[in-house]
Amino acid sequence: MNKKDVLIRLNGISKSFDGETVLDDMSLEIHDKEFITLLGPSGCGKTTTLRIIGGFETPDAGDVFFGGERINDVPAYKRQVNTVFQRYALFPHLNVFDNIAFGLRIRKLPDAEIKEKVKEMLSMVNLKGFERRRVSTLSGGQQQRVAIARALVNQPKVLLLDEPLAALDLKLRKDMQNELKNIQHQTGITFIYVTHDQEEALSMSDTVVVMANGRIQQIGTPTDIYNEPENAFVADFIGESNIVDGIMLEDYKTRFAGHTFECLDGGFEKNEAVDVVVRPEDVDVVSVEKGMLRGTVTGVTFKGVHYEIIVDVGGFKWMIQTTDFVAEGETIGLYIEPDAIHIMKKSEFSGMFGDYSSFSDELDRLSDATEDEEE
Amino acid sequence: MKKKRSFFERAAAAPYMLWSLLFIIAPLLFVLYFAVTDRNGDFTFENLLSLSSYSHTFVMSLGFSLIATVICLLIGYPLAYCMSRTSTRTRSILMVLLMLPMWISLLIRTYSLMALLDNGGLVSTFLTKLGFEKLTFIGTDAAVILGMVYDFLPYMVLPIYTSLTKIDPRYIEAAADLGCNSPKTLFHVILPLTVPGIVSGVTMVFVPSISTFYISQKLGGGSFDLIGDVIERQFKNAVTYHTGAAISLVMMILILISVAIMNRFSDGEEDLIV
Repeated sequence: MNKKDVLIRLNGISKSFDGETVLDDMSLEIHDKEFITLLGPSGCGKTTTLRIIGGFETPDAGDVFFGGERINDVPAYKRQVNTVFQRYALFPHLNVFDNIAFGLRIRKLPDAEIKEKVKEMLSMVNLKGFERRRVSTLSGGQQQRVAIARALVNQPKVLLLDEPLAALDLKLRKDMQNELKNIQHQTGITFIYVTHDQEEALSMSDTVVVMANGRIQQIGTPTDIYNEPENAFVADFIGESNIVDGIMLEDYKTRFAGHTFECLDGGFEKNEAVDVVVRPEDVDVVSVEKGMLRGTVTGVTFKGVHYEIIVDVGGFKWMIQTTDFVAEGETIGLYIEPDAIHIMKKSEFSGMFGDYSSFSDELDRLSDATEDEEE
Repeated sequence: MKKKRSFFERAAAAPYMLWSLLFIIAPLLFVLYFAVTDRNGDFTFENLLSLSSYSHTFVMSLGFSLIATVICLLIGYPLAYCMSRTSTRTRSILMVLLMLPMWISLLIRTYSLMALLDNGGLVSTFLTKLGFEKLTFIGTDAAVILGMVYDFLPYMVLPIYTSLTKIDPRYIEAAADLGCNSPKTLFHVILPLTVPGIVSGVTMVFVPSISTFYISQKLGGGSFDLIGDVIERQFKNAVTYHTGAAISLVMMILILISVAIMNRFSDGEEDLIV
């Protein structure tokens, strides 16, 4: 995408609340007709970024440009963006029709046109015949659709979506992901999507912006982000990763876990300390003799498509996904192809992630649940 | 376990049940009884039928309390709105200022207003000094309405203020997002969302206003006869208990009807009323 396409530009944005820095000198370009996702754990600044674009927060420092024009001081109601709020924020005193028609009525469009457009929207979000329903009688998924229709009916340049699917159950969330993607294609509106769900981000977006501690960690396509994570945080947050301390012996040769591996990365100093990422699905389980590494299986979980096994290799616990059953306590060999190894520079996040010694499914779910309730 | 808990619940409600039986339900039955009997205790509609002679008083009382209610709403809503938008500190100061008069007896407040408005009182002395002609306040319609507004304004502000502070800020943001500037947000979102508070406030001002007697006595200079005054007079006189009860009964029914009508506006959303 070329420079001309840039619709929104954030330039050196900083924001703090009560002395706590939420955004730290953040810069980002958002292109026209793009589906861009701000992804990160709660408190990473993704929602604040969205609220700054929407005009609900003013940055302490930095500029916001919209179509080349500085809009820092343009109030929310004058901006060409609309928002789908977290937990919808549908007006409880209005029915479905009036909720959707709200923005059009404020703009004083003729009644006939309003009727037409609302009808169109209702059929787009599959809610024909719901016009007279009170919003409190709708299910979560239906309220979600009304919220999307209420925003889209105004034909904004940009639609901001703040964790719009967080309150829905898994099945519905998957359906809505597809639907949102379709709507974005149909309308050609730029979507800026905020979520802490990496799977959602990967499956929906053209561009993913991974954020942590008020800073952007990586911007890229979903495949880039997954295959070429820039640091340990990104590698850990997107999918599962084994992140091992390693040394770059020379270009295309790295040493970790007591073995020297061939890899596809280069451009590091000689003997530079690095973080090595190996995805669980990229490790092959082989016999002990054939293995580059050997380890003891300490845990096996059946996941349907594959088994998830935890392997102790010299004190470091690896997570490996395999379709072959191995028993707990068994000693196995591990084989890693050169293209399965991804080398990253050391960062502030080094050593914080990537070891599965304390890993348990239950803990993972628990932390997800607490995340949902925050913000 | 469950049974025990429900026993405690029942036990907890008992004192109030007893109270309401003795002091609310029984008196109501007495009112009803007196309203439909004559001095000999015989059933009669005469008391109720004789009320037509008070129709003028009824209408006047209704008019006065309606005007007072509307004025309270016009003053109270903006005040509540401003209060809800100020900082927590300013808010608590304003709240104390609003509540302060409520800590003083209604009667004393009315007397103090009387002292202010009296001929030769503070206000008229001040105005005369400024070169106005000698003005009389006591005994005018305006004085009685002023008294009602003065006495009952906090009852308008508080419920509206409560419903304003209860509004989820996301609705305000959603309104701004959809193109509303502040006045439009107020009109299209905040006002409709505070209807329950308005209804509650209107009820809490209207009901005491329509049945008041001392405000009209003190500030009306004796020339006013609102329905509350009439009732008071009936009960002071042992012979006219029955008429008094009949007026009270009709009043009660009228108030119930108006509360029911107002409740319809709040559309079943949270019953803040009574």
